[in-house]
Amino acid sequence: MNFNVKIWRQRNAKAKGHFETYHIDDIESDASFLEMLDILNEKLIREGIDPVSFDHDCREGICGACSLYIDGRAHGPDDHVTTCQLFMRHFKDGATITVEPWRSSAFPVIKDLVVDRRAFDKVLQAGGFISVRTGSAQDANNILIGHDTAEESMDAAACIGCGACVATCKNGSAMLFVAARVSSLALLPQGKVEGAKRARAMVRKMDELGFGNCTNTRACELECPKGISVAHIARLNREYLKAKFSE
Amino acid sequence: MADKLISKIPDGPLSEKWTKRKSEIHLVSPNNKRKLEIIVVGTGLGGASAAASLGELGYNVKVFCISDSPRRAHSIAAQGGINAAKNYQNDNDSIYRLFYDTIKGGDYRAREANVYRLAEVSAAIIDQCVAQGIPFAREYGGYLANRSFGGVQVSRTFYARGQTGQQLLLGAYASLNKEIAAGTVTSYPRHEMLDLVVINGEAKGIIARNLVTGQLERFGAHAVVIATGGYGNTYFLSTNAMNSNGSAAMQCYRKGAFFANPCFAQIHPTCIPVHGDQQCKLTLMSESLRNDGRIWVPKKLEDVEKLRKHQIKASQIPEEDRDYYLERRYPAFGNLVPRDVASRAAKERCDAGFGVNETGKAVFLDFSDAIRRLGHQKVAERYGNLFEMYEKITASSPWEEPMMIYPAIHYTMGGIWVDYDLQTTIPGLYAIGEANFSDHGGNRLGASALMQGLADGYFVIPVTIGDYLSHKFAEPKTDINAPEFVAAEKAVQARIDKLFAINGTETVDSIHKELGHIMWDYVGMARDEEGLKSAIAQIKALRERFYKEVKVPGTQFEFNQELEKALRLEDFFDIGELMAYDALNRRESCGGHFRVESQTEEGEAKRDDKNFMYVAAWEYKGEGKEPELHKEELKYEFIEVKTRNYKD
Repeated sequence: MNFNVKIWRQRNAKAKGHFETYHIDDIESDASFLEMLDILNEKLIREGIDPVSFDHDCREGICGACSLYIDGRAHGPDDHVTTCQLFMRHFKDGATITVEPWRSSAFPVIKDLVVDRRAFDKVLQAGGFISVRTGSAQDANNILIGHDTAEESMDAAACIGCGACVATCKNGSAMLFVAARVSSLALLPQGKVEGAKRARAMVRKMDELGFGNCTNTRACELECPKGISVAHIARLNREYLKAKFSE
Repeated sequence: MADKLISKIPDGPLSEKWTKRKSEIHLVSPNNKRKLEIIVVGTGLGGASAAASLGELGYNVKVFCISDSPRRAHSIAAQGGINAAKNYQNDNDSIYRLFYDTIKGGDYRAREANVYRLAEVSAAIIDQCVAQGIPFAREYGGYLANRSFGGVQVSRTFYARGQTGQQLLLGAYASLNKEIAAGTVTSYPRHEMLDLVVINGEAKGIIARNLVTGQLERFGAHAVVIATGGYGNTYFLSTNAMNSNGSAAMQCYRKGAFFANPCFAQIHPTCIPVHGDQQCKLTLMSESLRNDGRIWVPKKLEDVEKLRKHQIKASQIPEEDRDYYLERRYPAFGNLVPRDVASRAAKERCDAGFGVNETGKAVFLDFSDAIRRLGHQKVAERYGNLFEMYEKITASSPWEEPMMIYPAIHYTMGGIWVDYDLQTTIPGLYAIGEANFSDHGGNRLGASALMQGLADGYFVIPVTIGDYLSHKFAEPKTDINAPEFVAAEKAVQARIDKLFAINGTETVDSIHKELGHIMWDYVGMARDEEGLKSAIAQIKALRERFYKEVKVPGTQFEFNQELEKALRLEDFFDIGELMAYDALNRRESCGGHFRVESQTEEGEAKRDDKNFMYVAAWEYKGEGKEPELHKEELKYEFIEVKTRNYKD
């Protein structure tokens, strides 16, 4: 397969960015999108052109490193995938493919398609944990959790922290990301103790770091590679209200 | 130097060794802990759990990772589960059985005392993880669920769908975040360690490159913990993440830390087969699939032909024409034999011409029986996300046709040599998790990597490091302007300058691919003397070519992924060579290491306990020089050493 790839190039955080278009031939239809970029980079290096920087690591759809906005969609034109699990068979032969970094003021560009997502770490540091010390825990089976509750908690815990929700949201809101963590823990008895405090602290930190507000467009749910439901946002809101009332 | 290999295994009965060692270890008082600094490199299960636990104790911790966030570490990709001797299933499991299975699975090349301790603390890991809010799979009564894994006859594996590694890592990362918020841990994401700094024979810090600015930075401490995982990417194609590398371990090795059993690399039997030469990463399908999936190839070569030509589908081949070769060869364990045995058996069938895809390098993993027996819903609950993942990648549905799988490099049992305290041969330098060598011998059992990473990080290192640090609290902070720091930084700078100066025409990846081919062909699933000697010569030649022909674009002082890869490839050459030397020395077949010269008449691996029941610890002797071998004899006082038998 052959493609024209129109890619955002930006030397560093301060530099002005622009699009460059590169032509690439002989791509197997079973190649992943990132393998296509690997091949493109090999070609660019041989031609003396600086290769395109992009974040990637596990290539199994679980690490959450890859973060490309392709033809106007976070992780490209397939549902519930990360970019590394997007395959070239989803594109038309000869197509021009536009590739951009996540666009969000909370995620400044580092270089080309690489962005700084430390804001996510900071939100989790504000309260995305249960305060248990190593060694304090009781026997695991002393905390009973119903099968369905555990499954629901797991649905939310599946978040890979990629940032597609933020990149997709017209407001640049991180509500789905925050809700996934708050909800996953709030469903479990061991997470309930700090539930209200956690919701309040994480929402405050999210606002402080420049993420936008949630206006319930549900775009985040559609583009989440792990299909995390906006129902978790409702649970976050309940936890947050509880925290407000207890203030 | 031989006297450096003191394993410090406590005396006394096996079950009392850890208790005894803990009672001997000096304590550090809380006010003194505040004065002590510890560097932890790596934020996978080992690094994140260690940094969090050390922070909780009150030490000043600096934690480094190469990714944009600690949560991206490759532990995240572990699918199947984590073992623990809870005996929740009442199937007569115990600490002893987990210990025994691990020693036996490791083909009697791991230390008894370390492995027993691992089994001993395993139960507390599950308690800790549940308390952190990890949503492990539950029975309908609310109790924890278990599944089986290869090489064992009990159900002791805890799991969170096919994302157990992710959930455990997010638990450790959450604890780490708690400590970062508390100010006990400082996090340095997008920082790569490029050298270890040793002062008066003790580890005192690291040189790291800030991957965003490209600046070299110096970090001092009273002790350094390496938790940077394994070196499977030496083979270029592996199930490891693209950025996983063995560089930190090699830096320690070149600074005097011994490197143990490098040739023990695990080849995982259930990976998605290679699809073409544009590929750079292989995808693992969890071993848990072997609980219910049956592995087979056709009995008749004409069926193989038709499959390759797409004239028939696997599901059309009748039961009597299928060769369930694992069930045939190993009736007692069947599809759940250990990984090394399953991988070699797949290779044997494919070498005999029964490989089921165009490349001849694939076997079937079939769920049709399980779907009939358990129903669609139950199978979906257990493996749904793995089926989905397989279908996304291959565009074929495991609900209709069996999966195709083939072995691939997955894990490295070898690593930095450590004593019972997990201290290396350099005082003040520790290695934990996959980065060390101590617990898995010649082969690791499934669901044991997660267990070891967390055992080391939560429960071992926070105790044992105190013994060393209890003598250090009166020492001032390490001076990062000491001549050793200056010299180390200068050496790193020289390495970087040298790479940019080459300005050749080859890309880093193209040369790495060549190294991968040498490794897979000669230091892969079957090794012999001639091939290994040839591999050493070929690696040397390839390294020389690298220094003449590689092109590293861009500059040092920017985000530069090609420079990162080039620096790692330099170290992969060293590791590849070291693996070949070790494989050449070990003239026996053992675990993941199969020497063609040492096999039984039926083609099973033949161990040589008389001559090779030792840990091979290698000492660096300078660039281009042959490393020196030191032997740590393995003594089995508590179990009888047997030939591994998974037949009856």
